[in-house]
Amino acid sequence: MSRQITIAIGAVALLALLGAPLYLAPFSITLLNYIGVYSLVALGLVLLTGNAGMVSFGQASFMGVAAYATAWTSSVMGFSPWLGLILALVATGLIAAILGAVTLRLGGHFLSLSTIAWGLAIYFSFGNIPGLGAFDGLSSLPPISIGGIALVDSGQIFYMIWGTLLLTMLAIHNLLDSRVGRALRALRGGNTLVESLGVNALQIRLVTFVIAALCAALSGWLYAHMGRFVSPTPFDVTMSIIFLMMAMIGGSGYLLGAVLGAAIIILLKNGIQDVLPKIAPGSSGQLEVVVFASLFILFLQRARNGIVPFIAQWIPEPRRERPPQAELLPRQPQPAKETALMQVDAVTRRFGGLIAVNDVSFDVRAGEILALIGPNGAGKTTMFNVITGALRPSAGRITFAGKDITGANAAKIAAAGIARTFQHVKLRPKMTLIDNVLLGTYGRTKAGFIRSALRLDRAEEARARHEAMRQLERVGLGDRPYELAGNLPLGNQRVLEIARALAADPVLLVLDEPAAGLRRQEKLALAELLRTLRAEGLTILLVEHDMDFVMGLVDRIVVMEFGCKLCEGEPAKVRADARVQEAYLGGVA
Amino acid sequence: MNAQIAAILAIDGIASGAIYVLIAIGFVLIFAVTRIIFVPFGDITAFTALTLASLENKQMPGTVGMVAVLAVMATLMEVFSLWRKGALGKIPAALFFYLALPLIPAAIAWATAGTLLPTPLRLLLTVAVILPIAPLLNRIVYQPIADATVLLLLIVSVALHFAMSGLGLLFFGPEGVRTQSLVDFTTFIAGTPVSGQAMLILGSAIFFSFLLYLFFNFTLYGKALHATAINRTGARLMGIRPQQACTIAFLLGSVLAAVSGILIAPVNTIFYDSGFLIGLKSFVGAIIGGMVSFPVTAIGSMFVGILEGFAAFLSSPFKDVIVFSILIPVLLWRSYTLVHAEEEDEE
Repeated sequence: MSRQITIAIGAVALLALLGAPLYLAPFSITLLNYIGVYSLVALGLVLLTGNAGMVSFGQASFMGVAAYATAWTSSVMGFSPWLGLILALVATGLIAAILGAVTLRLGGHFLSLSTIAWGLAIYFSFGNIPGLGAFDGLSSLPPISIGGIALVDSGQIFYMIWGTLLLTMLAIHNLLDSRVGRALRALRGGNTLVESLGVNALQIRLVTFVIAALCAALSGWLYAHMGRFVSPTPFDVTMSIIFLMMAMIGGSGYLLGAVLGAAIIILLKNGIQDVLPKIAPGSSGQLEVVVFASLFILFLQRARNGIVPFIAQWIPEPRRERPPQAELLPRQPQPAKETALMQVDAVTRRFGGLIAVNDVSFDVRAGEILALIGPNGAGKTTMFNVITGALRPSAGRITFAGKDITGANAAKIAAAGIARTFQHVKLRPKMTLIDNVLLGTYGRTKAGFIRSALRLDRAEEARARHEAMRQLERVGLGDRPYELAGNLPLGNQRVLEIARALAADPVLLVLDEPAAGLRRQEKLALAELLRTLRAEGLTILLVEHDMDFVMGLVDRIVVMEFGCKLCEGEPAKVRADARVQEAYLGGVA
Repeated sequence: MNAQIAAILAIDGIASGAIYVLIAIGFVLIFAVTRIIFVPFGDITAFTALTLASLENKQMPGTVGMVAVLAVMATLMEVFSLWRKGALGKIPAALFFYLALPLIPAAIAWATAGTLLPTPLRLLLTVAVILPIAPLLNRIVYQPIADATVLLLLIVSVALHFAMSGLGLLFFGPEGVRTQSLVDFTTFIAGTPVSGQAMLILGSAIFFSFLLYLFFNFTLYGKALHATAINRTGARLMGIRPQQACTIAFLLGSVLAAVSGILIAPVNTIFYDSGFLIGLKSFVGAIIGGMVSFPVTAIGSMFVGILEGFAAFLSSPFKDVIVFSILIPVLLWRSYTLVHAEEEDEE
């Protein structure tokens, strides 16, 4: 029922919007046009800030680059505004790509700081290039024309603006609900997890940054041909922070928040411009800035989540269907049992003068469960990080399925067929269970940004969803796939990580202390799950503290102490080894 | 450009670079201790220059009104939060620190408006009036969100800058000012004229950097601040109050901003909004230092000053564009050299 109501409300809103020029005064239409144009920029920020966790203070200057590009093309050179659009998109995209490539590798605040500086540099450039009219700007831009109809009237360009906005919203909505969209949303919590899933975080960040800039470019193009005049003033840093304000006040994770935020700010600005001159005649201009900045600070202190989540809590959750059956994703061939799958050969890792892992060698054979154990400080975790690509070894070689993977990065190791879990569970608590598991299928699927935005990824997406659902059911979490991962108890969160790793269709599953913090029942269930996986031919390497858990489960054990390998063998043999007993119990009585 | 012009440009550049050094060190200091990138820092420099100019013209500086407004707001917030916590006994101390202490220099400035104070007193009064602004802003704006992420604090800082520059226009008006030179002589070094002001600026930059070095390495407060910068939780466990450390960092930073404001006032015409650009150029220096290293920050800021000097000669309208463009290669270099800890901020 609620779904039908949502559709009905949406349809009414759309009709009201489409008919707006028929029943609203021209002034209100102009306001709506501004809301539409600014929403486009805010929309880019919703993607960039709200979903991918990057902050840009340069959106207004991206808008300006586009506006000046089209103004120059159409007003100075006399070409069509449509050619101006192409030039605007290319110029803005290129600038964003260069800036992004340079800054995205660094921490978040470096990107933001450099966008302030760059916003200013671009702004000064507009104001000082005589060919672009310097601080006077360029005037008498031609209107956009479609099929011979020039969009001169505010009621005409209204359809152009809102049509563009709605299409862009649709594309970004599709994008967020796709393979790359999930990777993009997962970026917020840091790189470690996403890179271990085979995601190239830098590339995703860069493309997201460029998309946000292109949204600003579209907006700048519309803005230029709406007012048919450009000057540097609307594109300075003040405007950039107002765009950020729009996106955040609306609710920076939500597409509708961009429109809502833009509407609120523009109406507020209008209201303030009416009221302030009465309170403080003569100084209302500067007071306006003070009022806006103070309101924004107050908002950031008190209600950071914005308006949409506040409203959304009153709306009942829509019921979501379980993903339907679909063809399985292609699987990797599993290697023949008992062959050496991974060889760790004389690996050493030093941290300055400390040798954390010293000349350790062992094999992992296909189809077995191998445990790496040892007392605290034995170097297990370092060894683990070297294998999974989080650390480079100082010396030694690691081969996996015949390929040398020594010092390869996490993404390459994931692509080779090794999936891992984390000692401190790394999930995305605000994403659903199924979305978390779907992250695991990233390396097995292909849809990129464009295919996702155009919804050409649905067949593959259905297969990925089916696979994710299958893995959730396999680990026993299949009954509520749309629960948020943050709501699960720790034991289930660990199991969810295993489901995510399984969704990657690994040849080798590497688990970092999977039993830590679990209750007895949960441990038994986990051991049972691992046995089933072994029976299906999967190879498992686990680093563990819990001897009870290890002894009954694994085929072989490698014991480490003080960075060196102490011994290896079957559980019974290791248990009987005097050196192991000494290491654990401090000497045999 | 001949060698003579190059030498003159270099000396100009070193002088403005020295000012950027002071501000950039303040940035890094505040960022290290509080994780706040204090964008309105440049505004404080500009407000210092404007305050000094008002005192010179025997007028009451606009800063007095600004400090009064901020002090009242901070006091109200502090008293309200103490009242909610039921800690009524702490209210007199709060009134002293947040209301009386900031208002004493402001009251002196108000009372002495119309008389021209001797220069040392005038400088001292200027610094004293300016000092409370940043700590008060810390109480009003940042303290309620002390646990927020660096990015959120940065957004707040940028918004705060716009609020401050709006207030600056209200309190100081749109006119630009330039104060009298503090020293009035010119010497020739290897045939190149060097103004006394340039030497004073460079000397002050070295002196205050050295003072800061002594503070951090040889005083308990300095070490406490250093400890807070490295590990907040650890410092707290050792009995260092982070809020107090933040206030000290803001105060120290303000001293640097005030000194740079006094030094720049006779050299450049300063408007209510000049601080933003000065601050951002210092930022470029701080970014060269990776926001962590004081010595590299100083070298970077010096470089920015010299670059700006030469850029102004080559193309005056584009000097700012040239200075900010240098960020591209700097960041590219930084992105390969800076070891940055993974920032795992789960929402």
